[in-house]
Amino acid sequence: MSAVSPMAAMPLDIDRVRGDFPALHQQVHGNPLAYLDNAATTQKPRRVIEAISHYYEHDNANVHRGVHALSIRATAAFESARERVRAHLNASSEREIVFVRGATEAINLVAQSYGRACIGADDEILITEMEHHSNIVPWQMLCEQTGAQLRVVPINDAGELVPGAFEDLLGERTRLVAISHCSNALGTINPVREMITRAHAAGAKVLLDGAQAAAHLAVDVQALDCDFYALSGHKLYGPTGIGVLWARGELLDAMPPWQGGGEMIRQVSFEKSVYAPPPARFEAGTPNIAGAIGLAAALDYLDALGLANIAAHEQGLLAYATDRAAATPGMRIIGTAAHKASILSFELEGIHPHDLGTIFDSEGVAIRAGHHCAMPVMKHFCVPATARASFGLYNTRDDVDALFRAVDRARDLFA
Amino acid sequence: MSDLRSLYEEVILDHNRNPRNYLHKPEGANHHAYGFNPLCGDEFTIHLTLKDGVITDVGFEGAGCAISTASASLMTEAIKGMSVAEADALFRSVHNLLTHEGEAGDIGKLQVLSGVHEYPARVKCATLAWHTLNAALHNDKETVTTE
Repeated sequence: MSAVSPMAAMPLDIDRVRGDFPALHQQVHGNPLAYLDNAATTQKPRRVIEAISHYYEHDNANVHRGVHALSIRATAAFESARERVRAHLNASSEREIVFVRGATEAINLVAQSYGRACIGADDEILITEMEHHSNIVPWQMLCEQTGAQLRVVPINDAGELVPGAFEDLLGERTRLVAISHCSNALGTINPVREMITRAHAAGAKVLLDGAQAAAHLAVDVQALDCDFYALSGHKLYGPTGIGVLWARGELLDAMPPWQGGGEMIRQVSFEKSVYAPPPARFEAGTPNIAGAIGLAAALDYLDALGLANIAAHEQGLLAYATDRAAATPGMRIIGTAAHKASILSFELEGIHPHDLGTIFDSEGVAIRAGHHCAMPVMKHFCVPATARASFGLYNTRDDVDALFRAVDRARDLFA
Repeated sequence: MSDLRSLYEEVILDHNRNPRNYLHKPEGANHHAYGFNPLCGDEFTIHLTLKDGVITDVGFEGAGCAISTASASLMTEAIKGMSVAEADALFRSVHNLLTHEGEAGDIGKLQVLSGVHEYPARVKCATLAWHTLNAALHNDKETVTTE
């Protein structure tokens, strides 16, 4: 899905694009900001900020219950955001779009609703060594509750799944395969389409953690043929606190609610409550209305630019940064998969990533230093942490150059 | 440039490159503690030999950033030969130096850590070894953290 021919892509009008993001235009410690922490969260385009402001200034009301004008407008905006997400993911129905706080909550929802109903003792859940903690811990919790077993597909030193290991571990006891579409710590894009075919042949359902992938790849859930897809709005140039669980309609129909409250019921009495159909069944309480509206605005923005064009732009930056890294003495890239998103995790000999983070910040270069919520990945590469530069649609070669000026600065300081 | 140099003083860089009492297991070590900052990954174990209320020897092992490593190294140099009461007082002084919660007083060479205060995200790095020392001195068996 990420194989984008540069020939087919339209170059982004990068000056105009950068002009759309107010937060990019600032000085940090006397230097122009080079924001390279996009895998943690992306900056927001003006139209997202304005969509949220507009909602609060004009339409703010609770949804799905009022008969007054503001509530009708808020409900229409919220539900059209759901339709917007459906279209972006090419889901077959907006009933399959559940608004949640983020990918973490989406995965927890699947674990606690689908998992507790359909996964039992002696069943197996298959994940990989490159998962973010949010795609490890919910399954460990489920295993503790149900007696199911967690199995882990190992990675190799390039940060790719060990060839053949997935097929070896996939068995008749595998109920669910939960894998990252794209690794946040390594950038690896997994061959999910083939893995889904094999998992389905073995009778297992597949959840894709798309928190990273969705900002870099066009996601078509029907073409992928997965069963669950989790994503976070804030990594997609949308607001924090909003995310999406997409799930096949027939799975959602059969899943029990995981949180009780208003909104998710059809009828309540002290004897018995009848639950609403999806997606309301999974949206107890007043939702993040402004967040959903902001997310829809972000998707409008992304789709207007075109994810294929964004990917081509980011791949150009990744290739340039990778070449520069190779020419930098003492720099080791962690994660060298053949198929990668624009994430450059690295270590610099003799300088701890946290010192790099502070030194880079003094140069106006924002990166992430740490274990990236992927401690098993750090363990595999025998490092306590890495420095990670992650490129988004508004980054330029100037940002990459600023990164490598900061690398030189760190090496000088620690020489 | 001047800003960063106030954090990465030459003494700190030197103690990061060549930490003192590092991987040194004091003979007859009878007090130990483990400090770990899970978000950072910095971790140190401190071993002390206490005889008649005096720290006769000290060593540490583990790994961390330059600030946490240098702070641990400088600490081991400073406390060797001190009484427990003196080490407790120094712990409070360094804490005050880093957090500005009180007077640090004259702490000699450890003054090089003063620049860390300007970097709030890094104060926890500089304090890790000291809180681990505190646990070792007072037989606190819990893992120490400053996050």
